[in-house]
Amino acid sequence: MSPEATTKTTYRLPIGPIHPALKEPVAFEFEIDGERIVDVRVSLGQVHRSVEWAGMRRNPIQILYLAERICGICSYCHPMAFALAVENIADIEVPERAEYLRVIQAELERICSHILWAGVAAHEIGFDSVLFLTWQMREKVLDLTEYLTGNRITKAITMIGGVRRDITKDMVPKVTEALNYFKDNFEKLRHIFLDDKTFKMRSQGVGILTKEDALQLCACGPTTRASGVKKDVRLDQPYFAYGDLDFDYVTPDILTGEVNGDVYDRIIVRLLEVKQSIELIEQCLDLMPAGDIVSEPKIAKLLATLKKVKGEGIGRMEAPRGEVIHYVKLDENEHPYCWKVRAPTYNNILPWIPMLRGEQIADIPIVAASTDPCMSCTNRVAIVDSGKKYELNREELHKMSVEKTRRLMK
Amino acid sequence: MEIHEIIRIVLTIIIGTIGLAAFGIFFGLLYKGLDRKISAHMQGRIGPPIRQPFRDIGKLFTKENIVPENAVPWIFHLAPLIGLVASISILLYLPIGGFPPLASGYGDLILILYLLIIPSLALVIGGFASGSPYATVGAQREMATMIAYEFPLAIIIVTIAWKLSATTVGGTLIQNSFAISTITSTPVWSVVGPIGFIGLILLLLALIIVTPAELSKIPFDSPEAETEIGGGLLVEYSGRNLAMFYLMDSVKTIVMASIIVALFFPYNLSNLVGLDAGSYPAYTIDIIFYLIKVLIVLVLSVTIIRVAVARLKIDQIVYTYWVPLTLMALIGLICIMWDGQFGLPRIVEMLGLV
Repeated sequence: MSPEATTKTTYRLPIGPIHPALKEPVAFEFEIDGERIVDVRVSLGQVHRSVEWAGMRRNPIQILYLAERICGICSYCHPMAFALAVENIADIEVPERAEYLRVIQAELERICSHILWAGVAAHEIGFDSVLFLTWQMREKVLDLTEYLTGNRITKAITMIGGVRRDITKDMVPKVTEALNYFKDNFEKLRHIFLDDKTFKMRSQGVGILTKEDALQLCACGPTTRASGVKKDVRLDQPYFAYGDLDFDYVTPDILTGEVNGDVYDRIIVRLLEVKQSIELIEQCLDLMPAGDIVSEPKIAKLLATLKKVKGEGIGRMEAPRGEVIHYVKLDENEHPYCWKVRAPTYNNILPWIPMLRGEQIADIPIVAASTDPCMSCTNRVAIVDSGKKYELNREELHKMSVEKTRRLMK
Repeated sequence: MEIHEIIRIVLTIIIGTIGLAAFGIFFGLLYKGLDRKISAHMQGRIGPPIRQPFRDIGKLFTKENIVPENAVPWIFHLAPLIGLVASISILLYLPIGGFPPLASGYGDLILILYLLIIPSLALVIGGFASGSPYATVGAQREMATMIAYEFPLAIIIVTIAWKLSATTVGGTLIQNSFAISTITSTPVWSVVGPIGFIGLILLLLALIIVTPAELSKIPFDSPEAETEIGGGLLVEYSGRNLAMFYLMDSVKTIVMASIIVALFFPYNLSNLVGLDAGSYPAYTIDIIFYLIKVLIVLVLSVTIIRVAVARLKIDQIVYTYWVPLTLMALIGLICIMWDGQFGLPRIVEMLGLV
């Protein structure tokens, strides 16, 4: 036997595309030494469904409903980001009341998403009791969503130039009642997640993403805020009615006084954001002016307007997982010329590598889940023939991007 | 010995073994169902029906038995069988209700301690033989866990046997203190003073915390961690082989609970109610009382612990057993020594502190 073969101490451990730790398909290939992770490779593209291609064969109103189905949890932020992009192109003015209603829906989605994530994270470390507790709370969020929109998951509330349903005066008591329920239960959740000993043992000092790495790898959303980077589209470039509301960046040092960038910090950030979202909804209910909820209620007329529009626009918003960007180009046609979706998880894939390196096998599920990955949002391409390999450096990539932009601008 | 006598003994052993195996499997599965139901209610769920484990086993036995390409087939098939046989054979050495151990006189606590390792070893061997990286990781973790909990377990068992060996009943020292029949006839609580009582409580707590690791339950289930390594040791097992491991696990549940009951709660109700030992009503009452004791022990040591905590990592498991739990068991041991013929000055001298 050759000496190389005997001295090799590492072995390969594939996790995914299908694995109990992963809620959606993504493939990791780990190089393991004993229980320690030496290196990791991530490959994507297992759930590509050609949503953008399908969208470019539909009119903008139909795309709203298609965009909802990009991802089940982000079923509000995708159509809304698309609507923002189209409004940007067509210069559609959104009524003020609609802006507040949009904030309420967005924050409700954030509460739902974060609570769901908390349950999944607890399940990843084998704490199923917490999974069931958080999902009981989530049930109430879904009930409230159903009350406000008529649906529990795909809400169908978005409309270009506004929203489709109002929150009338007689609906408010039920909303505040639900919000009070979340507030009462928030303390319970906080106690479990932040004070439980086994939770701390599994999350403190695990999956560390330093501030430098977070900035260099362009992480976004709660992942980057947990590393101490103050980045939040709601505050950096306010959209909807966020400019009028009183809130601040959520970073873990608010609670603990220090930033470690570990899984524990990501739990803190998400929990505090749930609380912040409850407060934001309350502020919106107080400040909401009377008025229309949509600028153009007649859909046929709206479509006719959009058919005459030419130009490109970008819709950015802070989804529960981070910044989501929709790029749309219209060219006086029924269907958009181009529709491009960039989901937050796309930015949070590379940070996985510094997070996972040096950790144990047992940390893989919780670290992978800690960025709240959403693969169906992210996958915009499928690799059919992976045998062919080519590498691009930064300059080449930049050159190609410039070329593509020019091509689109024509 | 007459030929009739030999035939009688052989028949007793064969029929008794079959009966005990059926008993262990039936109640093991029943308690598994109860455990799932109780934990479901604790988590705000309805949970599966109590007979669900029986259905699972029935279904698994009808399923195809898949052997992976990289596996070593004969070891892969043999491991579940060894595990099941070993766990059933421990039952022969344990008292069930009012019945004395079937094989009493042929083995004692030390043998049980060794036999307890075999099911875990069978899992490890089966895991290594499946030729899957997940199973290999699981097998390594199982070995580490085994090494970790074996030490406190040994301290507990040796302490109790040692205490009994230094006890006089009716003017004579107890002989054969490692024999299960001795331990059950002389409950340890009756031979210790107040400090020894504290020591015994510490030992009991330590044994309750060792139980989830023996049975691969949360927080010590990292060898099988579903979300990490997809079932670990058992990842490649299916059909009949998986069913046998499942049965092994349920029998082991009864075994662990019975050991705790035999060591710490060997009391029977029949003599309290004034029934003659050996009569059928006495056996009935004792067996019902025994089943209740087993249920209480299992709820305390498995169900409550597993709904209340998260899964630990393997290094944390080893630390838990080697440092806090070993210390706890050692303090229990010292308390019992203090309580006995030694006294504090002698112990301090023995520990080399003076």
